[in-house]
Amino acid sequence: MIAKQQNQKAWFMVLPVFLLVAFSAVIPLMTVVNYSVQDTFGNNQFFWAGVDWFRNLVHSERFHSAFLRQLLFSGIILAIEIPLGILIALSMPRRGWGVPVCLITMALPLLIPWNVVGTIWQIFGRVDIGLLGYSLTALGIDYNYTQDPLAAWFTVVIMDIWHWTSLVVLLCYAGLCSIPDAYYQAARIDGASRLAIFRYIQLPKMQRVLLIAFLLRFMDSFMIYTEPFVITGGGPGNSTTFLSIDLVKLAVGQFDLGPAAAMSLIYFLVILLLCYVFYTVMSNIGMESTNHGGS
Amino acid sequence: MNLNWMAWTVPTATFFIVIFCLLVAMTVWEIRRPGGAPRVGLLRFETTRGDRLFISLLGSAYIHILWLALFPALSLWWAFAFSFLYALAVFRWV
Repeated sequence: MIAKQQNQKAWFMVLPVFLLVAFSAVIPLMTVVNYSVQDTFGNNQFFWAGVDWFRNLVHSERFHSAFLRQLLFSGIILAIEIPLGILIALSMPRRGWGVPVCLITMALPLLIPWNVVGTIWQIFGRVDIGLLGYSLTALGIDYNYTQDPLAAWFTVVIMDIWHWTSLVVLLCYAGLCSIPDAYYQAARIDGASRLAIFRYIQLPKMQRVLLIAFLLRFMDSFMIYTEPFVITGGGPGNSTTFLSIDLVKLAVGQFDLGPAAAMSLIYFLVILLLCYVFYTVMSNIGMESTNHGGS
Repeated sequence: MNLNWMAWTVPTATFFIVIFCLLVAMTVWEIRRPGGAPRVGLLRFETTRGDRLFISLLGSAYIHILWLALFPALSLWWAFAFSFLYALAVFRWV
């Protein structure tokens, strides 16, 4: 009974957070839901549109292609950043002067604001004055991110890898540092190979941080806006127009608030579903391995 | 308090009131039968009744969107009926 009383009182501690989330997330989300079923020409006058915006959107070629581009982008950067991050974390020193040097070097890209990263790569990739663009052209490679969709994709993907692999590295490194030496000693006694140590000790121990890294990188890449906007502006043509860039074009460029609200909600539902699936799958794998370890 | 900027409509207000009532009902249920009734169902992972409500609501949203994509000429009330059946199935078997 006493424990139950304490639990009830503890709910009041959640109240400030609840109010803050209501103010900053729930009420704006409700407004978006209200916008999504109406049309407006400004002046805060709204006209009922029903589910027309949703119906138009699910049949819109423009939305389908932006959605596929977004999935492709997230897939590519996850497929590169996660293995690369693990590899770099494994090769970082665990003690000595190399530790702070590596950690600070790794943390540097994370400290740079998104629009600055975009600007850096926008200049870096330019054929006339950028080191990357100029060097590639000098080597005889046809590279121009303002005209060639493949070059634009290459630049945006490399930029994201440069900016965010460090996050995966730092998380994996934290996971690796938390493994007690006893595990490695046991592995040495058993004569385990480097690969076996990675597969049966390091990878399972990194699972939790990898889940966080995966979710963070997925959500961030699925919402990416500033960097591709600064580098390519969504071009050439529409080749790097990801969902968020398309959404802003719809909401701010064309001022179509109703369709933009409907698009935001579908975007939100996709993120919600994917995160729920990833979270459930990854935490269940974790629980199974814990159960096996315990039994 | 002026709420004009939120552009409320009767259907969206009804929607949020229903969601709010569902949350209140879940809270009452939890107080009556604490613990969330965890079990491993059709999806092979442990769900509490809160998880089952979440899966029902999210699935219902997808059923409505898929209905709009596949049968744009038919009434959305059909999607609503399917969502209701889906929610019952989730609470029974998931």
